[in-house]
Amino acid sequence: MTSATSRPTPAAANHGTATPHPARPKPAPPSGTPVRVTGAQSLVRSLEAVGVEIVFGIPGGTILPAYDPLLDSTRLRHVLVRHEQGAGHAATGYAQATGKVGVCMATSGPGATNLVTPLADANMDSVPVVAITGQQSRGLIGTDAFQEADICGITLPITKHNFLVTDPADIPRTIAEAFHLAKTGRPGPVLVDIPKDVLQETTSFTWPPELRLPGYRPTTRPHGKQVREAAKLICGAKRPVLYVGGGVIKADASAELLELAELTGIPVVTTLMARGAFPDSHKQHLGMPGMHGTVPAVGAMQRSDLLVALGARFDDRVTGQLSSFAPDAAIVHADIDPAEISKNRRADVPIVGDCKEILVELIAAVKAERANGHTDLTPWWRTLDEWRGTFPLGYEWPSDGTLSPQYVIERIGRIAGPEAVYTAGVGQHQMWAAQHVRYENPRTWLNSGGLGTMGYAVPAAMGAKFGRPEAVVWAIDGDGCFQMTNQELATCAIEGAPIKVAVINNGNLGMVRQWQNLFYSERYSQTDLGTHKHRIPDFTLLAEALGCAGLRCETKEEVDSVIHRAMAINDRPVVVDFVVGKDAQVWPMVAAGTGNDHIMAARGIRPLFDEA
Amino acid sequence: MTKHTLSVLVENKPGVLARVAGLFSRRGFNIDSLAVGPTEHPDVSRMTIVVAVEDLPLEQVTKQLNKLINVIKIVELEATAAVRRELLLVKVRADATVRSQVLETVQLFRAKVVDVSPEALTIEATGTADKIEALLRMLEPYGVREMVQSGMVAIGRGPRSITATAVR
Repeated sequence: MTSATSRPTPAAANHGTATPHPARPKPAPPSGTPVRVTGAQSLVRSLEAVGVEIVFGIPGGTILPAYDPLLDSTRLRHVLVRHEQGAGHAATGYAQATGKVGVCMATSGPGATNLVTPLADANMDSVPVVAITGQQSRGLIGTDAFQEADICGITLPITKHNFLVTDPADIPRTIAEAFHLAKTGRPGPVLVDIPKDVLQETTSFTWPPELRLPGYRPTTRPHGKQVREAAKLICGAKRPVLYVGGGVIKADASAELLELAELTGIPVVTTLMARGAFPDSHKQHLGMPGMHGTVPAVGAMQRSDLLVALGARFDDRVTGQLSSFAPDAAIVHADIDPAEISKNRRADVPIVGDCKEILVELIAAVKAERANGHTDLTPWWRTLDEWRGTFPLGYEWPSDGTLSPQYVIERIGRIAGPEAVYTAGVGQHQMWAAQHVRYENPRTWLNSGGLGTMGYAVPAAMGAKFGRPEAVVWAIDGDGCFQMTNQELATCAIEGAPIKVAVINNGNLGMVRQWQNLFYSERYSQTDLGTHKHRIPDFTLLAEALGCAGLRCETKEEVDSVIHRAMAINDRPVVVDFVVGKDAQVWPMVAAGTGNDHIMAARGIRPLFDEA
Repeated sequence: MTKHTLSVLVENKPGVLARVAGLFSRRGFNIDSLAVGPTEHPDVSRMTIVVAVEDLPLEQVTKQLNKLINVIKIVELEATAAVRRELLLVKVRADATVRSQVLETVQLFRAKVVDVSPEALTIEATGTADKIEALLRMLEPYGVREMVQSGMVAIGRGPRSITATAVR
């Protein structure tokens, strides 16, 4: 807070103002005629040609040649992060918030291995990201040279694909292929590893290159017969549920989903990856299913006679014990990845294709089918509404008088509103943010769903803010998560990304503590971080040291005013230390390994679906 | 569990074998045998992979393999509609006292002797897994000093080609 005025303004600090070095050729617009360039120049021109606007990265030995022409580029902005993991999650956050491909860059060896976590994260959540890494020169590969790591070998199981470029002439084609792979079909991360001498060698640059991917032909158009089959089941089902996953957001198919839902009157559940795909305010929305889902959402799936899975993958956190999951339901499974269909639960009607195209055809087919009549869903809704009335999502105030974390998150959601972008780390605060913020729009809820990466919130919020500078971006983080990646707040402060961070500080690794409370006889092994007891670190002081405003809130009365103060600060990032009670728990809950019928609405309260 | 023979056409690029092998191990599928070699197209290699899985997991194996960007095409070769061969090189103890008997076995299996020394014969045999196994059983009593075996290679019977439609 104190030194804010003495800092240069972020916008002027870095980009757009650099004058090109006179000796170097200015990057020309892409054209068909070959131009003599270095491999590094070819890389920068290729990135410009595929439409990259922003790259998150850190230079180092082997990637150095690429950073030289980067200085001359007027179209590429490079954001110098503090740790490569931050670069990777920022690229993911940018991609999730905008739908564009996120790009990160690192040097060989440790730079590249620091990208492993965000790449695995992007792979699990199907986020389009391209990582460019430097590699030791070709002659040194395999000799255990300085900062050499076989990053292609290391990232092989956690990327959609990766490339080692051995000829500078291949750079434009490889970059074009990497972006094509990242964003088409089931999106995912692609890594391009480029040896230093390949970047230094002289080569020719031509654009556009011809893609050579003979084995890559994703199916986007669904099979007409399967769609008609699905429509028939949809119109005949008595207890149908639309089980919506992240694929609907990736396919930008929210409008089509809304149309299908309203056409059929079928209840909708949105998974952790799909929050925002369907408005929370819609009366047909039952909320999130799964381990910490709402009782109506979990109950609806369990008692359903037809699950229409759209871009969802029957993840174990949704199904619980697979053998007792939705025992009476027929399955329509629509996904762009054929390997997801019947992977966990056998599909009765498989539909491979892009979710948007599937929904468009499904709407037409359902309209045609409804001409022959359809089931009345009134009895089904009577049951669902009864569950909704009996088991609404809620929370109790801590009996010890401490601040309720759910209340804090709920108020942030209400005050920042549905146009804001929310990111989260992993743990209790993530679940509460998924439950108690009301999402109305796709791409406003970013989190690490599949890999469960603690520390995702701050760098992802940074990436989202660069992608959507006009939007308010809140990182809802835990005190454990925040201590893993908060160094990127320095990047945010210097590069001009005024994000807002709510540290839901319960002094503990809260979710682990909750499990110790429930399943390990309250033996709290290694979960107290001391952030309460010793106030180490002091998050407000840490925030200020990192160039942010630091605020603290400890009582219910202060909550709204502190959030409003945070909302009013836009010249630098804000960190709010919300000191909350350590005993609040995430409910409802399905204990790991048990069936979804055993969902507990709150501690000791088990809904009896059959009697409802 | 049933054995299935998959013919997999892949791009002839470095690292493809590692991608395929890695996929099998991380998804928990067992490879019985794997053979790789060139095809009539210089850009395409062909793998013959034998896996022991039930039908449903086999569908997963095929789908996951298809997701690998370098995999161009996968065809399951049915035992009855394909020619399947393995190659065996085996060094058998065969001094003057038993040499004629060993040679008789070699003849019976239409194998051939490719190297001779005073105490041992090296025998080359091709055939199905059953035939190779039977030959080895016959040779074992004489003393197998060393042996090496290839993975299975297989090709569909009849005039059709799986590469013709897959490669431009």
